[in-house]
Amino acid sequence: MFSKKNNTYYICVFFFALFVLFLYGPTFTIILLSFQGPDGGLTFPLNGISTYWFEELWRGGSVVDIGSAFKRSIILGIIVMILTVVLSVAAGLAFRKKFWGSNVLFFTTVASLIVPSIVLSLGVALQFRLIDDLTKWIGSSLDISWVNDSFQTSLGMYSSGLGAQLTWTLPFGLLIMFAVFNRFDKSYEEAARDLGATPWKTFKEIVLPLIAPSIIGIALFGFTLSYDELARSSQVMGSGNTLPLELRGLTTTVTTPIIYALGTVTTFVSFTVIAISVGFYLFLKRKKGI
Amino acid sequence: MLPYIINKSIFNMPNLFKIKPSVGLLSLPYSLVFIFFFFIPLVLTFVISFWDYNEYSIIPDLILENYRYIFENCFSFENDMCVTFKTYLSTFMFCLITWFFTLIIGFFVAYFLAFYVNSLTWQIALFLLCTIPFWTSNVIRMISWIPLLGRNGLVNDFFLSTGLTSTPQEWLLYSGFSVVLAFVHLYTLFMIVPIFNSMMRIDKSIIEAAYDSGANGFQILWNIIIPLCKPGIVIGSIFVITVVMGDFITIGIMGGQQIPSIGKIIYVEMSYLQLPAAAANAVILLFLTLLIIWIMTKMIDIRKEL
Repeated sequence: MFSKKNNTYYICVFFFALFVLFLYGPTFTIILLSFQGPDGGLTFPLNGISTYWFEELWRGGSVVDIGSAFKRSIILGIIVMILTVVLSVAAGLAFRKKFWGSNVLFFTTVASLIVPSIVLSLGVALQFRLIDDLTKWIGSSLDISWVNDSFQTSLGMYSSGLGAQLTWTLPFGLLIMFAVFNRFDKSYEEAARDLGATPWKTFKEIVLPLIAPSIIGIALFGFTLSYDELARSSQVMGSGNTLPLELRGLTTTVTTPIIYALGTVTTFVSFTVIAISVGFYLFLKRKKGI
Repeated sequence: MLPYIINKSIFNMPNLFKIKPSVGLLSLPYSLVFIFFFFIPLVLTFVISFWDYNEYSIIPDLILENYRYIFENCFSFENDMCVTFKTYLSTFMFCLITWFFTLIIGFFVAYFLAFYVNSLTWQIALFLLCTIPFWTSNVIRMISWIPLLGRNGLVNDFFLSTGLTSTPQEWLLYSGFSVVLAFVHLYTLFMIVPIFNSMMRIDKSIIEAAYDSGANGFQILWNIIIPLCKPGIVIGSIFVITVVMGDFITIGIMGGQQIPSIGKIIYVEMSYLQLPAAAANAVILLFLTLLIIWIMTKMIDIRKEL
């Protein structure tokens, strides 16, 4: 039926190749255009070839403080990655048995993936605004000096921003854990238990090494989704913008290839992270021989 | 019976003295994140949508003014359609068109991967090839259409040089067309993954049986593969439709900030600190989104599909 000799096969291959071109083609055009000379514009033809726009980007150029936005994004991405891995692996273990509220938690997870991001962003912003008002009210009524003198807002990258991003990355983590444990062979674990291993030891020596490749997958989702996250964090980052937020601002103001240079740099970062993760994944798979 | 129970409880005695923490507790940190950053914010949004506000602050109250304002002039038939209805209509159109294209493309990409690629290694490699862009920046992927679709872009160059058109086409970029294109570009993956997952579960012997009984390729596709992929199609559709429903970034950037959307109304109201008004819009958007999902999930049980 699905033989490789009939026409349908070649049509499918052609269609797939077109799709891949559609996926990657535009990104490669901007990578190409970011290596233009100083006279380059936003479209073809290429005006010379140089690394001028990257140097411009490095100097800070006409653009806002990209360097610190970049640093902020990386740090937040790493924090989100670690929390996503730890929390979703723990929750995944819990979900292997029914527990009180497990159904509600499951539906919350799915709901969090499909709730419109702007609604969530608004909700978190409202919550932190109320927290601010409450803090100021307590500060003035109890006469707490540091609140009255220096408290501005609780909204920020590591409070509301972090939380809003977790509502996006954690569901992916948990769903990956579900997929892992649905295909998980429990006999190894039972053998360990029969031989007298404690639950912690069983987890550390048996379960963890078996699920390690999938944990790399969760880490990849955690970092990259946070690093590029825009919609949910748009209202709750406080004063320090992350890179995607700066980028969105730049789309309306910048008319030079510097924005392509920035695009090339962040795409390069993403590709590097993906390559490292895939390599690490393959390494762990091979090591365990599974 | 009684001796059995006694016997059993004696053997279980040691367990009674051991306090065994439930494994379910491991989900506590995860749950706390969702209580604090998902559940409470949504409840607050609902509550605050009934509050009053002025230029500087939001005032606890119980009024319907925010909702009344949204539907102002919507139910009188003498005027044109009100802004709210127009915006929702335009958003629904984007949903429908995007849904159609992502479904067609996503289905056939998944079909190719699941049935025509035989080795597991190649399957994973090609699947990864489709997934990688999902892990890169959406904004970059949007602006990467500028060199292709812009006034002096490659597509217009092609049109002009072949004489297909005599002037540069303006509808290519910052238009409804480019918005849909970007949606399809960004979100087809949401269709591919669940449909591919459904297809991989299809027992190949069913297809062979049909083939041996004389069914042609189209009959197999229509009568076996598509019905068995229904759960995947529904899950993918939910993702695509909800992400388009609440979008304000893609429509903003690719529509040249000219095309309205509900997400954008909320965004603008927030920037003017009209928070209760934004909350009322958010409640309506959320309600409609949930309604659509509810209708779609009537068709399947999501939990079985993971």
